[in-house]
Amino acid sequence: MREFTYERAADAKSAALAASRPGAKLIAGGTNLLDLMKVDVETPTHLVDISRLPMAEIADANDGGLRIGAGVTNADLAADRRVRERYPMLSRALLNGASAQLRNQATTGGNLLQRTRCYYFYDTSKPCNKRAPGSGCSALEGINRIHAVLGATDACIAVHPSDMAVAMTALDAMVEVQPSSGEPRTVALADLYRPVNDKPEMETTLSAGDLITGVTLPPPPPGLQVYRKVRDRASFSFALVSVAAVVDAEGDHIRGARVALGGVAHRPWRAAEAEKALAGARNEAASFAQAAEAATAGARGHGHNDFKIPLAKRIVARALSDFASKMGKG
Amino acid sequence: MTDSKNQVTRRGVLGTGAALTALAGTGVLARTPAMAAPSAATAGGLPVDLIVNGTRHQLSLDPRTTLLDALRDHLHLTGSKKGCDHGQCGTCTVLINGVRKNSCLSLAIMRTGDEITTIEGLGTPENLHPLQAAFIKHDGFQCGFCTPGQICSAAGMIAEAKKGMPSAATEDLSAQQAALGPAEIRERMSGNICRCAAYPNIVAAIRDVSEGHTG
Repeated sequence: MREFTYERAADAKSAALAASRPGAKLIAGGTNLLDLMKVDVETPTHLVDISRLPMAEIADANDGGLRIGAGVTNADLAADRRVRERYPMLSRALLNGASAQLRNQATTGGNLLQRTRCYYFYDTSKPCNKRAPGSGCSALEGINRIHAVLGATDACIAVHPSDMAVAMTALDAMVEVQPSSGEPRTVALADLYRPVNDKPEMETTLSAGDLITGVTLPPPPPGLQVYRKVRDRASFSFALVSVAAVVDAEGDHIRGARVALGGVAHRPWRAAEAEKALAGARNEAASFAQAAEAATAGARGHGHNDFKIPLAKRIVARALSDFASKMGKG
Repeated sequence: MTDSKNQVTRRGVLGTGAALTALAGTGVLARTPAMAAPSAATAGGLPVDLIVNGTRHQLSLDPRTTLLDALRDHLHLTGSKKGCDHGQCGTCTVLINGVRKNSCLSLAIMRTGDEITTIEGLGTPENLHPLQAAFIKHDGFQCGFCTPGQICSAAGMIAEAKKGMPSAATEDLSAQQAALGPAEIRERMSGNICRCAAYPNIVAAIRDVSEGHTG
């Protein structure tokens, strides 16, 4: 680990200001940052500790939604009664990520900003455009079993590893940001991540010093929620493909649906085309298959990860058919 | 696990500079960089106040020092083990303010003022923690390297379950409390790897304690 200086931030504003200095990084749970510092992928010269800031509250919002402090741990968020009852897909997504020890330490803000687990990003002896812009992408012609099939460019085919962010994307979460100077602002989670992976070193639309202070969830959408994750082992493993879905149906008719995919792109991937296909469709297997096709339209494999395309289709169709069976059909 | 004064142990040898010099040129020395950890630069360090197993320690540490290295190399509490050093194996698990965490992924300086419980603070050879007794009864280990982490993790896990925290194995998220059956225990303990694969016995030991059969 490279040398760094350390300070404990007094409040959000001064933390953001301190983090805007060249070489400075914010640290809260540290589960991802310290991991990367140990392998010289992250080399901050100054750490701003925000773990003691009063950002660990979950509060009811006036509109019937929920405000989650950026410092709320993944474990506390998953266990919160309101989340379990009103946003069960978020609880499920969190519980299916990492290990209990990591969930006890990792925070909501940090989870959104965690870096990819692409092996070439971690390996400083290999080219990687995300780590060393302009050096090339080793995964394109390398081992790319865990890599992206949607939204990728030849600059980078790494995937965003979060489960939590996939569920939050389907829930239309908003992110509160304290900039290094000026008033706090709110940005849709959908706009936090860059749409196309053409500049892989730039993962978000945040500026230097921007501090995520919280995430707000609008009132739960009508319908049933599900989070389904497929991975290489039964627990403590990143998603090969995951889906967060909300379906609002009445009898044979689907009023509306939301579908987001994980493990397939550089960001949580909202499947807008699948949602369009489902809105107003009949609540039956043919509609689910059509939505699955729409969700993966334009998908491109790179060899080892070709399997993710049919896998994503099957998981989307399966998640949707689970709703049908829950509502007493097929 | 106490090192006898008359016994030559690996830990005793590795912990002594003179002994290290004597071993220069032998194959044993090649092991020392990994054992000694990269937190040697304490000169000009920052003050770190840790409460470990009920005792307050005022240390001066390089800010890079992880909690695990502070425990092992500075407080000589070598029960907590360094396996992967990346939060993947769980053998460094300790309780921080009663909550289980990977001590390898935590900077000691960020733990100032926190209460840390390691395996040394859970029980003693004369007065074993119920989980320690259950691991012996059920033979919940082979080589023993992962055991301190398994036991600290299990203690934290039982507390989480008592608080009603769900897991990925919990069928009904609205349930007030999940019964700790084998599937729940396996899922909740997935952050602790045992390469000897003593899992069936580890699960049996934890089940014994969580159901109140021991202690």
